[in-house]
This record gives sequence, structure tokens and C-alpha cells, in this order.
Amino acid sequence: MNSSVITFPGSNCDRDMHVALKKFGFKNKMIWHNSVELPKSDIVVLPGGFSYGDYLRCGSMASKSKIMQSVINFAKGGGKVLGICNGFQILVESGLLPGILLRNKYLEFICKNVFVKINNKDNSYFRGIKKKTLELHIAHNEGNYFCSKKQIKEIENNNQIALYYSDERGNIDDNNNPNGSIKNIAGIFNKEKNVLGMMPHPERMIDSSLSGEDGSIFFENLINNLK
Amino acid sequence: MIVNEQIAVDHGLKKEEYKKICNLLKRVPNITELGIFSAMWNEHCSYKSSRLHLKNLPSKGKNVIQGPGENAGVIDIGDDDAIVFKIESHNHPSFIEPYQGAATGVGGIMRDVFTMGARPIANLNSIHFGSPQHKKTKNLLRGVVHGIGGYSNCMGVPTIAGQTSFDESYNGNILVNAMTLGLVKKNKIFYSKAAGLSKPVIYVGSKTGRDGIHGASMASAVFDEKIEEKKPTVQVGDPFTEKLLLEACLELMTGDSIIAIQDMGAAGLTSSSIEMASKGSLGIEINLNKVPCRETKMTPYEIMLSESQERMLIVLENGKEELAKKIFDKWNLDFAVIGKTTKSKKIELYFDEEKVVDVPINILVENSPMYNRKWKKAKLPKRIKVDKEKFKNLKIINVLNKILSNPNICSKEWIWQQYDQTVMGDTIQKPGGDAGVVRIHGTNKAVAASVDSSAVYCWAHPLSGGKQIVCESWRNLIAVGAKPIAITNCLNFGSPENEENMGEFVESVLGLGEASSYLDFPVVSGNVSFYNQTKDIGIKPTPTIGGVGLIKNYKNMVTIDLKQTGNILLVIGKTEGHLDQSLFSRDILNEKNGPPPEINLFNEKNNGITILKLIDKKFIKAAHDVSLGGIITALSKMCIKGKKGALLKKPNYLINEFEYFFGEDQGRYIIEIEKNNLNNVTEMLEKNSVHYDELGTVNDNELIINDKSKVSIDDLIKSHTTWLINYMSK
Repeated sequence: MNSSVITFPGSNCDRDMHVALKKFGFKNKMIWHNSVELPKSDIVVLPGGFSYGDYLRCGSMASKSKIMQSVINFAKGGGKVLGICNGFQILVESGLLPGILLRNKYLEFICKNVFVKINNKDNSYFRGIKKKTLELHIAHNEGNYFCSKKQIKEIENNNQIALYYSDERGNIDDNNNPNGSIKNIAGIFNKEKNVLGMMPHPERMIDSSLSGEDGSIFFENLINNLK
Repeated sequence: MIVNEQIAVDHGLKKEEYKKICNLLKRVPNITELGIFSAMWNEHCSYKSSRLHLKNLPSKGKNVIQGPGENAGVIDIGDDDAIVFKIESHNHPSFIEPYQGAATGVGGIMRDVFTMGARPIANLNSIHFGSPQHKKTKNLLRGVVHGIGGYSNCMGVPTIAGQTSFDESYNGNILVNAMTLGLVKKNKIFYSKAAGLSKPVIYVGSKTGRDGIHGASMASAVFDEKIEEKKPTVQVGDPFTEKLLLEACLELMTGDSIIAIQDMGAAGLTSSSIEMASKGSLGIEINLNKVPCRETKMTPYEIMLSESQERMLIVLENGKEELAKKIFDKWNLDFAVIGKTTKSKKIELYFDEEKVVDVPINILVENSPMYNRKWKKAKLPKRIKVDKEKFKNLKIINVLNKILSNPNICSKEWIWQQYDQTVMGDTIQKPGGDAGVVRIHGTNKAVAASVDSSAVYCWAHPLSGGKQIVCESWRNLIAVGAKPIAITNCLNFGSPENEENMGEFVESVLGLGEASSYLDFPVVSGNVSFYNQTKDIGIKPTPTIGGVGLIKNYKNMVTIDLKQTGNILLVIGKTEGHLDQSLFSRDILNEKNGPPPEINLFNEKNNGITILKLIDKKFIKAAHDVSLGGIITALSKMCIKGKKGALLKKPNYLINEFEYFFGEDQGRYIIEIEKNNLNNVTEMLEKNSVHYDELGTVNDNELIINDKSKVSIDDLIKSHTTWLINYMSK
């Protein structure tokens, strides 16, 4: 399986993503933002970080960088595109995903473990995962997902919500909403479910010495589904 | 402008220093030259009051690759890997403008580390604020934490440990000390010593603006009511540019183009150019018109004294300019050849085709003032005879809950949750334990780091206090299973011109040196911050120690959380019940006098080495050093982290329950071991002549002391976690 991780100026989870993809069997290439063409890829990943310093709006300038036109074309042709954290922000800014990510409700950066409930398993990202919830790690300042009432209806009707912030058993409530996201949304798909954006970082949870191992479940499952 | 004595004094120079400059130059300096002298001769850059005392600190050891005098210290951790690390203060700017002050402090220390070729892999910080009741404290705390997070999170470097304290002596002078660890291959370390004639001098990074002019001079003066006017001396940070600068520098460093490299930190282009030339016994010539400027019509004076951030000065091999430029272009950073090395041994600056500065470098560096300041020796305070009647009305659980919610003990989760602790994917111990631990990427090794200070002990008796912090740093590393290797120090004091403050400095440094030499725990880098003083009142002396240790196999790392009900708890080290200067005495008995606990370096070393042996044999399931708040506080934190209780019995000592549980004797640890290992462990302790007490066993949900006092772990968690959250949300 071939993967490509895009490095923008200011990306800082690109190496972590590279390490994780390699660990679970992907042949990964790092692609510089100024490149025009994507190499042949089974999945393209937009990593976390602070592309362009998060200046203007998070993800906004990166969404206009050269490589993004190819990423957009790739996604429109059905290619799998995964955006984590800042990558999620770039996906909404580029129009591949609906909505926007606002500053966290309490206006502070949050770094901690959270549980997310998987809402839709009928796609290549989560098909086959037995667990109802995953323990993942968040580290962001702008993860407060927001969209219009009309949009949320559409998102729900199309079953586009991928992950909700929840407790360990999957209960979704305000106590388990770290950043104020509408409906506790932690990740969403596009209509076709080939594009996924999520705030939590599975790449930081890939061995027992780290904050947890549920990231391994995500990647192992992903490569199996793409085969 | 014709320079005179008054202008020199306005630049922070003393009258006699100005006379010395005129004598050495054999003429009156022009205004740019005077600016350069004031930048090089201020306390912050010249260490004029501290140099004499610092040279006595032990700085050598078998693992030391580079001691003090470079951008940071370097230690060997085996397999050709080396760790570059340093701590630095950014106190004055953080009080004036907390966000930018703290942010640029973090940015500056990371630059010191990657200047040497090392990729930063961990950040730590030690921050100290005034009384929680003081009107400025809350905003300063919020601003500093946002600033630290804002910079380090964007850089993608995890913040793995820290220390926060509150004390009214910081009401008018907060402390912000930032530490960075970087990883480099031993044969790829870069230094600041220039070499070779007519080598191109390159400027890279951000453009030069008018921010931060005289920052280092501001940091060398006492605060007064005009402090708000000093805002323009605070630099403004841009972590995005620094991230680009980091990647660009590391990319250039993979080749062999660089002869010397120096970041532009305090005193900007002035100190970086002069230091590189001075170390190489060379001269340097710069055309200031070539320096990339952010604003128009900047004068030579402003260009030389600007402290704009995210800039580097590089001496390149001839012919490598194009290759280097390509890399900096790729990262969208400014790149300019601004001068060359010369044999003149002078700094010669040109502007609009006119020579504007012409000063021999040795005058600026070797001839800079050095003072043997007067200092007063501190007396060891008399022991306080605590009236035992005072204990009668106290209930141990109430006291414990009060101590756990004390601002200096309570959980600092509100703070570290705002720092990215896990980026880079190698953090295996996050804040909240004895030390932060990160793996050396792709290996079985890990490095542990901790920052510590004990201002109250240093204030009561600087010599003992100085020893104590080194010991505490050593213990924190031991407790996670790391072999302590070396330290960096950040020496925060009041005015050196005050004999008592100077005495505090001299004696703390003596204590620090004695302990680090005994423990074979050398000082490889550091920084001095004097004049932490508002009008006549200095802060409590606050030397901060950043310790670094090595764990050979990261799977053997130990944490503080209790693991298994039924396991046995031992206290390692002797408990005498020393209450003077303890949190219990100050907070519960309201007794602020008396000496700090005594340090027995033999026991400290022996206990630590024995603990490491026990960890090596995998006997220890959890460990925690005993410090502020004594045995019961340490144990409660172990309970809270592990969500476990404990059944405790005070051993049959001749001391009172409160003395036993809240005393702050040094050299102690609490360890958790399995029942079937008890004999093996006690045998080893006895063989090594280490004192231990059997304190009790791990329990399910309750902490029970001497069968009679009980508290649930949920209650302890509440006491421990609510104070700071409530304080910040009010």
C-alpha cells in the first residue's frame, strides 16, 4: 500500500504520521507542499501542525498551496484523503469537507486523552473495528467544529459524522465535549466517505509505552481495508 | 550625537565603566559603539558580578562533551548520540508582557539548542508567580502559560515537565525559566568558534526590526514605577518562522558548509558577531546596509541592538553561499551575505559606505568589567522548638487535604494541559510525575529531565538550599529509573549590588557546587538573572536546576502511580521529622522561621544508587521522591495517580505523627514492591546500609492512617485538583 504525507511549512506531525504509516506496513512518501503532482497513492494524509503558523485562519493558506489542487482532484476521483488536526482544518478550508473549526470553547489549547465513539463503520476507515469507542489523543487550539443548521442536517442525513467525543462507554454529552464542538463532533466524512477529517491523533497512540494503543487499531484496520 | 558620561549612564553603564571605555579606546566612542559596549558589558551578557563565583562550579565529567561557554552544554549518552541542553531565564520581559516574554524565552532556548545542530526533543519550564491574592498574578499566569504553549506547541516540541510556585516575593518580579533538550550525533555538533580568513558571514532568518532594542540592558536593571515604558524592549516572537529556521538550519547542517553558527539572542547582532569572532581570535567586518530590515531608515545603532527574534549568524565555507541560499529560499527565509571574517581582531561596521564602528574585540570581551562584589554570609537560623500542644487540635486528614490543595502542591493540570506533551511520538512520561521522559527516537534509550527549585530553603539558608535543589533534581531522575548525568542552572537573584542578595548568590552557588561535585552531577550550561528586584526588595533566592539523566532501556522506566493492592510500601531514607521551613510549618502552624532540612550527601548518593540497583532488578513497581509536604503528601500523589489507596502505620519512632508524616527530611523516596520480593529488597537495602521503614500496603480506594484516620481517594483527588481550576475560572 502506498501512502503520501504532505508537508506544509509549519507541519509538525508529519514525521509522526510517517513513522506510524510505516509501522503498519505502508510504503510512505513525504511530499513537499510546492510539488505539483502526487505520486501514485492509495491514501493521502494531511498531517497535524501549524501550517503557515495558523496565520489568517488555521488551514486557510495551506488549502491554497500548489499540491492541494492535486489532492482535491485525487479526492474528487474517489481517492482516500485523511486529515488529522491541522489536516482536518485544511480539508474544511479547501472545501473537501463541510463546516469550519473554531477556537476551543474555553479559548485554551487542550492536550489530553479522550474517547471517541465511532458513528459510521460503513467505510474504509472504520469497517472492521470491533470496539465501539477508541481512546485517542487530542492536542489543538481550534477543534470546535461548527456548521449551519442546514449543513448539520445534511451531514446527519448522509451519515457523514465519523466520530463523536464520548465517554469510554460511548455516552455523548457535554461533560465529554472537550472543545465545544456542535453535537460533540470529532471527525466527519465527505458525502462519498473517501475523505475523512478528524481532530484526534491516532499516530500518537501506536505502542504501549505511549499514551495508549488504540491508534494501532486504527492503522491496522486501515491498511487491511485498503488492500 | 556626541557621547558623554550622562548618555553612557542612561545606557546603564557606570561612570567608571564609561571612563574605562574611553581609556581603552583612547577616544570617546560614537553612539553606535557606546550601544555595543552597553550591550556587551551589561550584567546579562558579561556576567560581571557572577563570573568569579561560577568558575568554581564543577563542569567536567566523563560524559561531558561541552561544558559552559557555548550556546548550550552537551553530554554523551552512548552510541554516538549526544544531548544538548540548557535552561535560560526570561523574567523581566515576562513581567512586562507575559505572553511575548514567555514565548520568546521558549523560542530563545530552543534556538540555543538547534544552533548546535541538535533537534529539540523536549521542553521544560519553571515558572514562579506572586501571591495568588496579588492583583497581577492571575493574568500573569494565564499570559505566561499561553505564551509558553503558543511557542512550543507551534514548534512541535513536547513540553514534558515543569514546576510552578507562588510566593509573595515574586509579586513584582515573576520568574520564567525555560529549558530545552536536543538530540544530535556526536560528530555533527556545531560550535560558535569562527575560523579562517575572508569567510563569508551570513545572516539568515527573520528581518531585523526595532523590537527588543536594549532588551538585555533592561534585564540588567531594577524595576521601578516606570516599568510600563519598557514594553518596547520586549521582543515579539514568531514560532512559525522559528520552525522554518529550525528545519532550514538542520538541512544545511547535514552538509559541511558551516564553520561556525550563533543565534542572535540577547543583544542580537552585536553579541553574536563579537562572540564568534572573539572565540576564533579573528576580526569581523559587516556592511550594515546588507542586513535585511523590516522597517525603513533603521540606523546602525538600531540594527546592532535590535533583539528581533528568529535570526542566526553563520560563518560559511567559501563557495557554499549558493547551496546555502537555496535551502533558505526553500524555507522562505531571508538570506544575506553581510560581511566576512578578517585578521584585524576588530569589529568593523560600515553603513552608507562610511565606517561607523571600529573597536578591537578584546576590549569588548576580555576587558569587560568583572566585579568581586561585597557579600554577606548568612547565619544558619536556630531550630524552632515547636510546641507539641499545637498538634493536639489538628486532625491529620484535614491537614492533608489542606496541604494537597495548597497552591504550591496542588495539581498543575490546568497548566500542562495547554502544552502539547506528546508531539514527536516519543513521550513516555508526561508532566505530573517526578521527571518527564522521552525516548531517543528509534532506540531503546530514553532521557529523563526535571526542573527544580526551593526558594524557601535557599532564603532560610542559601548554602543548604543550594545543595538541596541539586539533590532534589538527582532524586527526581533516580525515581523514574534514570542515571543522573548532568545539570544546567538558572540562577535567579535580586541585585548583586546589595550585599545580602549577593551573599545569597555566592552561598547558593557554593552549595550547588558542593552537591553537584559530590554526586558527580556536573553543571554543563546555565544562565544568571540578577536584578529580580522591584525598588529595594529582591525575590527569594531562586536557583533553578534542570537535571538530565539516561534510561538505558525505556521499558524499565518507573512511574509514581501505585499499581497493585496488597503490594508493600517502603520509605527509603531516614525520617527525623524536620518541620522547620516545611510546608506544614509555614502553612498549618504559620511558623516561617528556622533552618531548612539538613543535607547528608553521603546518604543522598547511597540511597539513590541503591534505588537504581533495585530498579535494575525490576523490584520497584512505583517510586516517588519525598519532598515538599513530606511522606504523606508524596504518598497521596502516588494514590491519586494510581487511583489506589493505602493502609499506613507510623513506625515506632520517638517522633510525633505530624513530624513523621509532614517532616521534610531529605534523601528519601517511597517505593512500592511486591510482597514476595520484600526479603530480597530489604536484604539489598541492608547490605548497602540504606535505612528504610515499612510504611504499609497498597489498598483499594481509601487511605487509612494508623487504623483511625480515613479518607477516600476521590476526596484526595478533589483536594488536589480543584484549587487551580477554581482560581483560574473566577
